[in-house]
Amino acid sequence: MSLFLIVALPFLGALLPGLMNSAGRQACAGITFTVTLSAFIGLLTNAPAVFAGNVVTVGVDWMPLLGLNFNLMLDGLGFFFAMLILGIGLLIITYARFYLSREDNMGEFFTYLLLFQGAMVGIVLSDNILLLLIFWELTSLSSFLLIGYWKHLPEGRQGARMALTVTGMGGLSMIGGMLILGQIAGSYDLSVILENRELIQESPLYLPALILILLGCFTKSAQFPFHFWLPHAMAAPTPVSAYLHSATMVKAGIFLMARMWPVLSGTTEWFVIVTTAGLITMVLGAVIALFKHDLKALLAFSTVSHLGLITMLLGTGTAFGAMAAMFHILNHATFKAALFMSAGIVDHEAHTRDIRRLGGLRHLMPITFVIATLGALSMAGIPLLNGFLSKEMMLEEANRTVLFNTPWLVPVMATVGSLFSAAYCFRLISHTFLGPVRKDYPSAPHDPGAGLWMPPAILIVPVIAIGVAPFLAEPFVKMVTASVLGEAAEVPTAYFKIWHGLVPALFMSIIATVGGLILLGLFKPLLRGWDAAPRPEAKVIFEGLVEGIVAVAKRLVLPLHDGSFSRYSAFAAVTIIGVGYYAWMTGTVGTATRELQPAGPVPVAGWLMLVAAALGLVFLHRNRLLSLVLIGIAGLMVSVGFVFFSAPDLAMTQFTVEAVTIILLLLALNFLPNRTPVESTVLRRSRDTVIAVAGGLATFALSYHYLLRDSVAPAISAFHVENSYKGGGGTNMVNVILVDFRGFDTYGEIIVLGIAALVIYALTEALLGGPVRARLLNRLPDQPRAGDMHPMMMVVMTRVMMPIIMMVGFYIFLRGHNEPGGGFISGLVVSIGVVIQYMASGFGWTTARLRYPYHGIIGAGVLIAGLTGIGSWFVAKPFLTSDFTYVRIPPFNEFELATAALFDLGVFLAVVGAVMLALESLSRLARRQEAMESEYPMDIDPSREDNDVALQKEEA
Amino acid sequence: MTHWIVLPVLLPALVAPFIVLAARYHIGIQRVFSVAGVLMLIAIAAGLAWQASDGTITLYQLGDWAAPFGIVLVGDRLSTIMVLLTAVLGLMVLLYAIGSGWDEKGRHFHALFQFQLMGIMGAFLTGDLFNLFVFFEVLLIASYGLMIHSGGNTRLRAGVQYVLFNLIGSTLFLFALGAIYAETGTLNMADLAQRVTLIDPSETVGIRVAAVLLLLVFAIKAALVPLHFWLPSSYAEAPGPVAALFAIMTKVGAYAIIRVYTMVFPPELEATAGLHGAWLLPAALISLAIGAIGVLAARKLDRLVTFAVIGSMGMVMVTISLFTPQSIAAALYYIIHSTLAAAALFLIADMVRSGRTDLRLVPMPAVAGAVLTAALFFIAAIAMTGLPPLSGFLGKLLVLDASFATTAMSWVFAVVLLSSLVNVVGFSRAGSILFWKSKSVERPADDPLPAAPATLSYVAVGGLIALLAVHTAFAGPIHGYMTTTSAQLFAPEPYISTVLETPGKLSTPTEGQ
Repeated sequence: MSLFLIVALPFLGALLPGLMNSAGRQACAGITFTVTLSAFIGLLTNAPAVFAGNVVTVGVDWMPLLGLNFNLMLDGLGFFFAMLILGIGLLIITYARFYLSREDNMGEFFTYLLLFQGAMVGIVLSDNILLLLIFWELTSLSSFLLIGYWKHLPEGRQGARMALTVTGMGGLSMIGGMLILGQIAGSYDLSVILENRELIQESPLYLPALILILLGCFTKSAQFPFHFWLPHAMAAPTPVSAYLHSATMVKAGIFLMARMWPVLSGTTEWFVIVTTAGLITMVLGAVIALFKHDLKALLAFSTVSHLGLITMLLGTGTAFGAMAAMFHILNHATFKAALFMSAGIVDHEAHTRDIRRLGGLRHLMPITFVIATLGALSMAGIPLLNGFLSKEMMLEEANRTVLFNTPWLVPVMATVGSLFSAAYCFRLISHTFLGPVRKDYPSAPHDPGAGLWMPPAILIVPVIAIGVAPFLAEPFVKMVTASVLGEAAEVPTAYFKIWHGLVPALFMSIIATVGGLILLGLFKPLLRGWDAAPRPEAKVIFEGLVEGIVAVAKRLVLPLHDGSFSRYSAFAAVTIIGVGYYAWMTGTVGTATRELQPAGPVPVAGWLMLVAAALGLVFLHRNRLLSLVLIGIAGLMVSVGFVFFSAPDLAMTQFTVEAVTIILLLLALNFLPNRTPVESTVLRRSRDTVIAVAGGLATFALSYHYLLRDSVAPAISAFHVENSYKGGGGTNMVNVILVDFRGFDTYGEIIVLGIAALVIYALTEALLGGPVRARLLNRLPDQPRAGDMHPMMMVVMTRVMMPIIMMVGFYIFLRGHNEPGGGFISGLVVSIGVVIQYMASGFGWTTARLRYPYHGIIGAGVLIAGLTGIGSWFVAKPFLTSDFTYVRIPPFNEFELATAALFDLGVFLAVVGAVMLALESLSRLARRQEAMESEYPMDIDPSREDNDVALQKEEA
Repeated sequence: MTHWIVLPVLLPALVAPFIVLAARYHIGIQRVFSVAGVLMLIAIAAGLAWQASDGTITLYQLGDWAAPFGIVLVGDRLSTIMVLLTAVLGLMVLLYAIGSGWDEKGRHFHALFQFQLMGIMGAFLTGDLFNLFVFFEVLLIASYGLMIHSGGNTRLRAGVQYVLFNLIGSTLFLFALGAIYAETGTLNMADLAQRVTLIDPSETVGIRVAAVLLLLVFAIKAALVPLHFWLPSSYAEAPGPVAALFAIMTKVGAYAIIRVYTMVFPPELEATAGLHGAWLLPAALISLAIGAIGVLAARKLDRLVTFAVIGSMGMVMVTISLFTPQSIAAALYYIIHSTLAAAALFLIADMVRSGRTDLRLVPMPAVAGAVLTAALFFIAAIAMTGLPPLSGFLGKLLVLDASFATTAMSWVFAVVLLSSLVNVVGFSRAGSILFWKSKSVERPADDPLPAAPATLSYVAVGGLIALLAVHTAFAGPIHGYMTTTSAQLFAPEPYISTVLETPGKLSTPTEGQ
């Protein structure tokens, strides 16, 4: 079967259990089993090629430019691990079917399990280290889901997060390491990397790459000091613990060390780091395991210890060490998975995993007893079981290893580790199964159905078979070792046998076993000592660390983002000034090319008024009405400035905009107190002053600089001056720019205006519909109201003014193309004409007399402008292309017709609609709903007959 | 004369006023027109992207005036791919807004939505800096309207900060434009690219300050720390679908930086050499770090996502700041990823909110549809934090791979990887509190079970996730395309000659100068 399919099957199959969930537990487990079995058989079809020493490869490009390709390869090592993963997977699935209770969502469980399985197979078959990284992290993620499977258990959630954090950290550092490795080798393909041993080991980047990759391996395989997550991952259901956290996932780190062995091992750095970590882990795990009362915790720490053992073997960098490591992986996978499943059975039947509450189970659960005892004895390294063989090899290797120039260090540590290992195995057997039958089990234990005990029993078969006849495993292990070693070393010729003669390893073994028995005998006093001794609790430290980091993060980030706008803008201003200053300082200043113009009295006067208005605003801004006046002065001076620089259009626009803005602001001021309260301290105001002055000076300096210099090439405006009549048909260049040269900008700007009005409308709607409305309605005016809200004089005046203003607006609109004017100004003028009607006769009266809704006017304006632009498509010209012609209709003189005028009409309508909608929306806020709306244009009207009645009402 | 290229701007600009004019009281009609408009946009954008895929540069002279005198729209690989991304994102967000009923909670949602699309499209397509300013204004004011859609005190307050901060940006934009025009006498980007080379090495301050001010404007839009302060509260308080649409807005800033600083002020230009080398990469790395720290510190899910967005923009800016063809290609790949992932997360956060009183990260009783929401959150979080197998991881690999070329490689590696780890911790904490821990909280008897989110909402989020999957599965071809796009950016001569040498009304290229 294609390697692609082997990897893909679990992923594709992961969809099935979820789908089959409602079909029952049997179907759900059945389909999962079938999927795994298919992949397993697929793997076996490749066995002949692998055993013949070939490497099966397939590949397809994924991101060729990056070097991330979907390349898979199957060699001895990959085959070995894939077999473990899929084979043990089959047993675990069977076991889980009977282990999970009816309340558990089995579809979800098996989906996660298959995802994990696929990822794991992916790791061991990857021929591309980036692809391997992907599968690597996928195992972390699926393990996160599996550990947290029982979501209601806090231990599950915490354990899942801890595992994800630690292995995630390793994964991320490994990304760095792999990228560096690939960069050194020039390829991310394993087959290329493995051939570049010298290149890699001589690179200055070798050490960083090695450390980063080893971080990944150590976290995944729970090596000291990252061993602490594994026991907490035991909150997962037992099948998960057995599968992920003893047989497969935790071996991924070891797999990777083996995979990289030919290129990374053999250096002093590798030897020191890997061997030391492995040695410490082995001893530490074994010691802690002895004192754990939870069966699964005991097994978890024993796993940590054995992983350390394997790591140490890989660290020595000898071919024999690698072979011993491979052999032990095989043996450990068999007995440890069986042990975990046995522990699960005990838990399942006795409803406790606490050794202190167990004992005597040998009579009640004979089958489980046999399985667990065989497994434990193998783990202890008792002859005729497979654990003995690989442990002997380990001790032999340890004997030859000299770390830190201390020949006795490694052998002694290895012996101590084995000793404690034997001790906890004996304790497991004796405290759980031996001893008298108790009466206080939480539930009456008995042997489970075959579904639960059969899978571990199957695993015990190779434990005994290899233990008795080691030569059975020898060719296979040597084949695997050969693929680990690659071209870096020759496979050792040593034979696998039980009796090696009276070698030092045997004596070490005997010391370990006897010592283990002695420790068991002394367990009670030892336990008292252990309990009394202060020990760092990894979980507390880890949680404390995370919480501490979170607290620091909160203190760092939250106060900075607390919504203080003045701080935000201070940051922005300082950044802008600082970076601008940096740009200035790193450049060169050329000489000025223009003369300073003489300042006449008028500009100076205008300038002084601007300065006075600005300064006045700084000191008087707390009086809101006054500041409005000062803003008005500044605005008018800008308009005057435009006139001075011969831009009448801009001056007119600015002037009318000022008028409309002041009216808008007055409406808004209506709702605000007269004075702005003091909200900032003197210190903060001083800070703001410094920043503001710096910003002002910078702006001045820049303007001064630019004004005295010509641009590098003539400005494009020359073209506009030259062609505004010839090409745009108008003598007013500003208007031609607005509606023709840069009509698209204007189109955008009228849309901005329209949107602004819509937003104001939507905003007031939201306000009027919300809690603010009550406050607005109940608001009492803080100043006496005028007795006559709609004075007769004003009403009469505005009525007379109305047609005149409309006429002026029309005139300004028409003349726009050739003289100062245009749709924008005319729109503002006409708006003012309507606004004064509102002011004179009130909101209700005026609204009742309006025929066209402002929304519609805005929409129509934007549409007309857009459609005018589209009109040019019919003569195969781009959007907004203008055309004009001159016509003569008697008795008028010849006049111009331009499409630009139609566009300008759109501008006009959009401006009118936008201004009016904004004003109307704001005045809606002011309008009291319950207040009587007068049906008359003015309050006092001598011509009205019921006037007296109205007056009397008012007085009453 | 084909007009396709102006349609992404024009179509929403016609649909929106039509809705205002004719359908402002009929939500049903608004929805039909809005969705139809976006569907047409996707078709048009796809056509444009296809047209540009062979390297063709499409020029559109508005009003028939030749550049640099008139405004031009230019479609090349980069702009069309961004237009397509916007249109597709727009559809998903719109479907969600309709499904969740957000569009009914205030006035003028659809009109503002269309105007917003118009602004974004215009910003991607224009070849003129002042026109870019106009489109920035359009998208700013429309986004403000969308942000405060349906009102509420906290939202309005956040909205004020949003609009004020961005007005600082707009003002600065005008400063920059004034400075550039004073220095070069033009605002057309292609023309600028030619004129800046004329600047004498002995008088470079003018253009340097101008260029850096412009960069700061775009950095504000791209939420680069310390110019990012407008983002967290506004994105968190904005309605879910609006925040999702905003995922593309920060990319407008990134796009503008890529466009202007590869064509107008390329790295090899002498006058502006060393302008941003000293501070842009550090600022981007700090953004990345602040984003990750914020994810860890956030007390609410919506805040968490906004900080993830800041971090994600930091990642984009890290890559851009290297300014090599390889890094820009990586940045473009990551931009697409980041847009889709951020949008999906904002929508999912909104789904979570619909079953709870607020988004504080405390367990509350489980709600209907929580399992599916949790699954979507898990996937989107994987994407956002850059874990395998989704495109975030591939993007991260590309970014790291591109950083080998720089001296700051170890900094980039350290910050990128560490911030990923912090993100993972932050997201897993949030997710396990929101979705796992809530299983252990009983719902009070008198508290009715809130309804599950609408199917259409799930379709929208599912669509975004599916797009992420596509972005992952076809990473090879997409990255290849981005590499050619980047190559096109670093060889801007065809762009410049197309823009400047196409005659328009009353001008031939030689005569105009």
